[in-house]
Amino acid sequence: MDALEILFTASFWVAAIRIASPLIFATMGELICERAGVLNLGIEGIMTAGAFAGWFTVYSGGDLWAGVLVAALVGALFGLLHATLTVPLGLSQHVVGIGVTLLATSLTYFTYRLVLPEVTSPPKIEPFQPLAVPGLSEIPVVGEALFTQTPLTYLAFVSVAAVAWILYRTPVGLAVRAAGENPSAVEAQGISVTGIRMGAVAVGSALMAVGGAFLTISAFNSFFFQMINGRGWICIALVVFGSWRPGKALIGAILFAAFDAYQVRLQQISGGIVPYQVFLMMPYALSILALILVARRATYPKALMIPYQKGER
Amino acid sequence: MAVAGEELPSVDSDHDLPGRERSLPATPLPVTAVSSTPALRLSGISKRFGPLRANDAISFELKRGEVIALLGENGAGKTTLMNILFGHYVADEGTVEAFGKPLPPGDPRAALDAGIGMVHQHFTLADNMTVQENIALGTQSLWRMRLNRAAARRRIEQLSADFGLTVDPAATVATLSVGERQRVEILKALYREARILILDEPTAVLTPAETDALFRTLKLLVAKGLSIIFISHKLHEVMAVSDRVLVLRSGQLVGERDTASTDRKELAALMVGQEVKSAKVSPMKRGAPLLALERVSTAPYNGSGLDEVSLTLTAGEITGLAGVAGNGQAVLAALIAGIRRQVRGNISIAGQDVADWSPRAALAHGVARIPEDRHAIGSIGDMSVTENVIAERYRSPRFSRMGFLNWKASRQFAEKLIADYEVKCPSPEARIRLLSGGNMQKLILGRALDPDPTVILASQPTRGLDVGAVAYVHRMLLEARDRGAAVLLISEDLEEVLALSDRIIVMSKGRLSTPSSRGERSIRELGELMAGHSGEHSDHAA
Repeated sequence: MDALEILFTASFWVAAIRIASPLIFATMGELICERAGVLNLGIEGIMTAGAFAGWFTVYSGGDLWAGVLVAALVGALFGLLHATLTVPLGLSQHVVGIGVTLLATSLTYFTYRLVLPEVTSPPKIEPFQPLAVPGLSEIPVVGEALFTQTPLTYLAFVSVAAVAWILYRTPVGLAVRAAGENPSAVEAQGISVTGIRMGAVAVGSALMAVGGAFLTISAFNSFFFQMINGRGWICIALVVFGSWRPGKALIGAILFAAFDAYQVRLQQISGGIVPYQVFLMMPYALSILALILVARRATYPKALMIPYQKGER
Repeated sequence: MAVAGEELPSVDSDHDLPGRERSLPATPLPVTAVSSTPALRLSGISKRFGPLRANDAISFELKRGEVIALLGENGAGKTTLMNILFGHYVADEGTVEAFGKPLPPGDPRAALDAGIGMVHQHFTLADNMTVQENIALGTQSLWRMRLNRAAARRRIEQLSADFGLTVDPAATVATLSVGERQRVEILKALYREARILILDEPTAVLTPAETDALFRTLKLLVAKGLSIIFISHKLHEVMAVSDRVLVLRSGQLVGERDTASTDRKELAALMVGQEVKSAKVSPMKRGAPLLALERVSTAPYNGSGLDEVSLTLTAGEITGLAGVAGNGQAVLAALIAGIRRQVRGNISIAGQDVADWSPRAALAHGVARIPEDRHAIGSIGDMSVTENVIAERYRSPRFSRMGFLNWKASRQFAEKLIADYEVKCPSPEARIRLLSGGNMQKLILGRALDPDPTVILASQPTRGLDVGAVAYVHRMLLEARDRGAAVLLISEDLEEVLALSDRIIVMSKGRLSTPSSRGERSIRELGELMAGHSGEHSDHAA
């Protein structure tokens, strides 16, 4: 098969959308946090915790959707921890974020060992199955790529629309955007900056955790160590790539996922002449290139990473 | 609008005051008996920040339909008091009543609901959102799934028309001029049906024409029954807009006057605590040209760039540069200080072209600078007074030898400046950011003037200083001029430019007007030049 031909196969795009799904959830989560003015570097750990929480719920006999819910709750809890330290206490968002990532990751691995001490190979569950949307899924390539996915992928797309609607069309969205730009504007209108920011971080972290759970209960069927593998950090870059806009961030996530799906297929047809690490590197190299081209002039939310203390002199 | 169902007081609009001449055709006022409950009653408000008593047992009443001016120097406690009123701070003691009902402390929402609107000195707008979004923020329940945008827009347009507050509801705030942003702030309060409007130093950022427009709007608001607290340290504005003046000094209410029965001199004395002598200007003795810019152009920096600017600074003369911020003053100051380079054109010192222009070269050529922002550029906040006063000259043999600092000489120098310039500071070891603005500026002035510079670049040298410190800075600049220095005074304060300058130039959109000598152009003519040809400055966010 020719390298270009791959781009026109439905199976390639199906894979790209599947790979994009966890990124979409987590990118939306990070975007909400940053729009409210909080950089959440806990994302990598929160995704790990979500991946385990979702999988373990199903493994212990829970429903798949219960798994999603438990993952979201666990994510929100870690989000509240992050927010308590960074918003009312005003600690460094970098340090707290890295701390939350380390804590969430270690706690997850520890819990895994605690509840499954005897296991050598990761136990499997029955994950979400693809659900073809009648009619739409019969459109060649595009329809197949978008509409033969699992319900959780559909939910990822719904989350983008929901985040966009909330940010731009609801009163609370106005408050979130203002909190990330000029928190004193929020307080002067009688809204609690602390409340808005903590809420945004909790909700955003819940989305990140669902992104992690996608890997264990939709894309794959088990939990293993290191499975998040830097996806959280990619989402931080995707938020910048998307200039803090949900739609553009969605495009970025799909683009990155497409690079990733493409390099796997290139490896197969390259015949081993080129070292496979070069292909593995490709999505990241291209992401950096895309960031340089697209996001150089991105305007940050002005109050991002600046703690707000009411009545400070 | 606001006080439907309640009695409106009659407003005494017969005061014969400067500024009242500008009033619009008189709006007929509803004449009824004065309601007994005042709009606002503050009783015994005290607030301490550490050892500082920011407010000390302050009590006053604001009548309905009245304009009170709260006058005081920086640090007198005006803004603190208003922040307590609005719920940003919680007072240590005392209570606030709005329309007879006690206001819970520390709750901006309660203040808003009680009809108190505040236009902060530093605007509280989110730049990334539209005018309409900024105004609607917080006016609808946060749990609504949908913003009601059409209704909001109609109401904003109605208010804009009623009060002469023209602004496009769909414009993003980042694209608005400072004057427009202030209108949005006022609209925010009106949108919430504020019946008491607090304006904190509202004219600090406005051109004379915008100030006039603001005053017209305030009159319309009072005619509709609103009560207004106008915070300022500018005497002529206080005289122009208020019915009654409250003077704050060091956190205490030291005087209360009916505007009609007082004058600027009395108010200034109350504000400072002693009589203020304005600096005496001796006749100018013009010397040789010292620094010349010849058709200099630069890239934009903090506003406009320079466009073929030619300027000569002459010994023994103060050249005043007036203009609205963002029109190229910042880059001109940076260029003369050696921080920025020109794209085209020449700089010469005493007739000699300078090829290698840098901050160090500028200092070596006898250029002294008083930077515009004394906190961000003029000083290093967490370093000591001593370290700050030698910051420009630490390499000179006086303060260091073979790469080692001479702390003894440095400390002596700091002590000398502290004594000579009457700086109030605990010790030369104190971190400079703990000093008040006036004391910090005195040190910066001392640092700049000590080596007896030939060219003095003074950018906004009195911004944010109180009357006493302003007079001091003015005296020092005039003395330097009399000693033969060439002074470039860049200021947004027209009165200051008019008082000090031997020659006035107006800067607009990176270009200079023709110079005029002392007394040649009136404030109004200068104001027109400042507004530029099109009259509208966009995008010069402060």
